[in-house]
Amino acid sequence: MIEIRWHSRAGQGAVTGAKGLGDVVARTGKEVQAFALYGSAKRGAAMRAYNRIDDKPIINHEKFMRPDYVLVIDPALAFTDNITENDKPTTKYIITTHLSKDELIAQIPELQDKKDRVYVVDAIGISMDTIGRSIPNTPMLGALMKVSGMFDLDFFLESMKRVLSKFPQKIIDANMEAIKRAYNEVY
Amino acid sequence: MAEKMQLNEVEVWDGNLAAAQALRQAQVDVVAAYPITPSTPIVENYGYFVANGYVDGEYVMVESEHAAMSACVGAAAAGGRVATATSSQGFMLMIEVLYQASGMRVPLVLTVANRAVASPLNVRGDHGDMYAGRDSGWVQMDAFNAQEAYDLTLCAFKIGEDMRVRLPVMVHQDGFLTSHTAQNVHPLQDDEAYKFVGDYKPYEEMLDFSKPVTYGAQTEEDWHFEHKARQHKALFDSAAVIDEVFEEFKKLTGREYKRVESYMMEDAEVAIVALGTTVETARVAAEELRKEEGIKAGVVAPRVFRPFPFNEIRDALANVKAVAVLDRSAPMGAMGALFNEISAAMYTTPNRPLITNFIYGLGGRDFPVSEAKRIFKEQKAHADAGYITTPIQQFSGVRGPKLGFFETKRS
Repeated sequence: MIEIRWHSRAGQGAVTGAKGLGDVVARTGKEVQAFALYGSAKRGAAMRAYNRIDDKPIINHEKFMRPDYVLVIDPALAFTDNITENDKPTTKYIITTHLSKDELIAQIPELQDKKDRVYVVDAIGISMDTIGRSIPNTPMLGALMKVSGMFDLDFFLESMKRVLSKFPQKIIDANMEAIKRAYNEVY
Repeated sequence: MAEKMQLNEVEVWDGNLAAAQALRQAQVDVVAAYPITPSTPIVENYGYFVANGYVDGEYVMVESEHAAMSACVGAAAAGGRVATATSSQGFMLMIEVLYQASGMRVPLVLTVANRAVASPLNVRGDHGDMYAGRDSGWVQMDAFNAQEAYDLTLCAFKIGEDMRVRLPVMVHQDGFLTSHTAQNVHPLQDDEAYKFVGDYKPYEEMLDFSKPVTYGAQTEEDWHFEHKARQHKALFDSAAVIDEVFEEFKKLTGREYKRVESYMMEDAEVAIVALGTTVETARVAAEELRKEEGIKAGVVAPRVFRPFPFNEIRDALANVKAVAVLDRSAPMGAMGALFNEISAAMYTTPNRPLITNFIYGLGGRDFPVSEAKRIFKEQKAHADAGYITTPIQQFSGVRGPKLGFFETKRS
């Protein structure tokens, strides 16, 4: 089982991102689960979304999770939310930031001993450049594909086109560009 | 004619979308609804389907849940296939009319995303609303995941509309844990699903002006009791039709439902009885405990909460030594309702297992696998000791001082 925890603010698209990822993964024959934890959500409130991916049906409904991947799509949450909660010695972090990896890690004591498992990408900057709005969810998925090696880029792009098919072509194209850039820029 | 929707063999749907798709495929004539979290997307999606021509139906906007259920009862008495959705406070406001629906014997379907009842205000899942419906005379079925929310909603129409039943049916799912959790769902195609549900067959419909009928008549002490007794019997008798519908559904889909679901019970020494997503989480715990510690743990779950499956519960728990019954609702000065019903059933068997009660998960408090394991281990301790070693009612997962009520009386 692969478990993923998203740290986001309500309105940044973590739920859509988690469900979109689930959609792509389910069509490869795997079982998925995507859910989110928020109160009576207010735009901007810190929230978490979750994915589970497995080869057999997922019947575990606990919220508790030891994540394999932690995806932080709001830069400030890396500092204010407990992003290392319940992590494992192998947990990988992908963090949205305009800082360099070294600058970021230097400011977050909890990440000091996990340097080799921390990846950064400017998902906000990329979404502003490509989509024109701060919707960092699809670029984060591009970064996840690179870091996890879950699917190759072309397959993932094709799958996401289908997931986004209800949107106008312009928005789909912008999202494709965002995914590609994040895939290539995450490090 | 309504437009068909092409569905994939596997869709990733949350419980709300799954229920809404079932309403669409059943081609519900009337949905009167007043949306409330977490069931809002069920009627929101149905509204989308109507607006885009995927249902030849009527979406009636009303000013409250009381009005929503009233409009549904009217539409059902008029002779239409009717459904709506609600949760929590909305369910509470519907309650008066729930009794009207069952007393008038109108089949209609209520999809409920279970949510805690205020005060304090809480939008998350527990079973307080579901329990409040347990004397209302409806068939109550419980889905443990999104696939089941879809399957059972299709079955609900077929059960309630059967001429041998003619009763309203609720399909419950856990708020958020199912309603907002997307998982793999294998839907039927539109034609297959509609063929399974079948055309709506009107009976004594008010819109048949050639044969005027009265719904909601007054009966005083001369007839009220007989009416209620018949209604009670009709609800118990619906069990046979539920079994038939589940059997037919299995032939169509390969997916099997029983009025009581049992998991790993063949050789189980200890068991958890629960409802909703907890059933599946407890299965994970039972599997792990069997591997890790050799504890013969199993899980039993009423799929159909009403009519209460008294016999099937007795069969499922016939050979266990200790049972923990989990109630996700605050019983307020009593033992949990599910505990009471399971205990009553087991008291009339030669094997009277040790039964304890856990109140858990209120307002959406997480129920982790680790806690299910702890509860199983406690049952194992009771079984080994031959008596209940803890208070009979305990609270699971609550902060503050440990709460426990009542000890076994031992001579």
